[in-house]
Amino acid sequence: MTDVEPATRDAVAELLLTLADDEFVLGFWDSEWTGIAPMLEEDVATSSIAQDEIGHARAWFGLLAELTDDDPDRIAFGRPPEAYRHAALMNHPRTDWAFTVARRFLYETADAVRLEALAGSSHAGIAGLAAKMRREETYHLLHWNAWMRRLAEGGPDTRTRLNDALARLWPDAESVFSPLAGEANLLAGGILPESMANLRARWVGRIDAELASLGLVRPTDEVGPPADGRTARTDDFRWLWGEFTSVARSEPGATW
Amino acid sequence: MVIPHPAAADPDAAIWAALAEVPDPEIPTISVVDLGVIGSVELAEDRSTLRVELMPTFIGCPATEVMRQAIGERLAALGVAERVEVELTFAEPWTSDRITAAGREQLRSSGFAPPPHLRELTTLGELPTLTTVPCPYCGSRQTTLENPFGPTLCRAIYHCAGCRQPFEAFKPI
Repeated sequence: MTDVEPATRDAVAELLLTLADDEFVLGFWDSEWTGIAPMLEEDVATSSIAQDEIGHARAWFGLLAELTDDDPDRIAFGRPPEAYRHAALMNHPRTDWAFTVARRFLYETADAVRLEALAGSSHAGIAGLAAKMRREETYHLLHWNAWMRRLAEGGPDTRTRLNDALARLWPDAESVFSPLAGEANLLAGGILPESMANLRARWVGRIDAELASLGLVRPTDEVGPPADGRTARTDDFRWLWGEFTSVARSEPGATW
Repeated sequence: MVIPHPAAADPDAAIWAALAEVPDPEIPTISVVDLGVIGSVELAEDRSTLRVELMPTFIGCPATEVMRQAIGERLAALGVAERVEVELTFAEPWTSDRITAAGREQLRSSGFAPPPHLRELTTLGELPTLTTVPCPYCGSRQTTLENPFGPTLCRAIYHCAGCRQPFEAFKPI
């Protein structure tokens, strides 16, 4: 990608950073369930999914590092909290199991829509990774959809918790599809085959269909993706940042 | 009389034979060749560079880097090229159908059920529904998927009603 014009290069870098940070931050939040998930089998599953996500982040960071002549570890651990570009959906802490299930359901459905589009990207590196990730994410989506059903049909307590979590998360879930600064550039070159607005509409359709099958209703009217959906940061995220960078910050530049 | 080094006579065969000696770090009974993770192998005509493409089974697999190093070291020891480059590729996704027939047998004999074939797959969404996995110990088909997520990213956990044992299977992907 050394022969592309700077505007396109910056747009690709922005896209890669959003893809990587979504997976990276969510992977860390979910890794907190290791050892304390509701049951042993779920402990294994959540940990495995979290590991997949960190692996996906590593791959996106690697592609970004090639583009910007940087170091993937530097990008992952060497930025201040304000420089992360994950969706606001990932600003929330782990909270309870229903909250994790609801966030996972909203995100996996969004990620599936996004990866399907990116598998057709004109950027060979992005298309290849997206195609491979789709196969792995298929398992995640099925897993969280199954949990949605368990909680939706589990009685008043689990159903209420699930509904509350969906209501609290919905506005920030929209931020997965917040417009990118360089989106026009990405669309023109087919690097992003469809606009975020189009992808969002498809995502909402799938969410509605899945919720309807569970007798649930999407919690709010359409508020749309907020403009600061990928830049607003919370104290909860700053706390997580302190955790996941603590080892890297203890010996800057060290080889492990 | 100069006796040529066998690797010099047929470098391709020597390279593949060397690769067949590199085990998967997580399931050492299967080689990287039988696992199907070797993509293209290109030896430059002037023998300056040997370039091997490695196709990771799972993107986040921590064994990938160990594999990459082991392949690099084994091929460097072969001495067919001045420089050996092992590069990861996702240009074409690795799928579990790339495991060879011999590899499937090696998995089974070490207690890992080989993955169901993907041939009948029409959409990716059907991937996790491929659950017909005979028990690697007793051959019974009365098995149930306990957890599609196992001790490593590529393994799922099953239970066999025939011999009443849990077992692991390589995940179809």
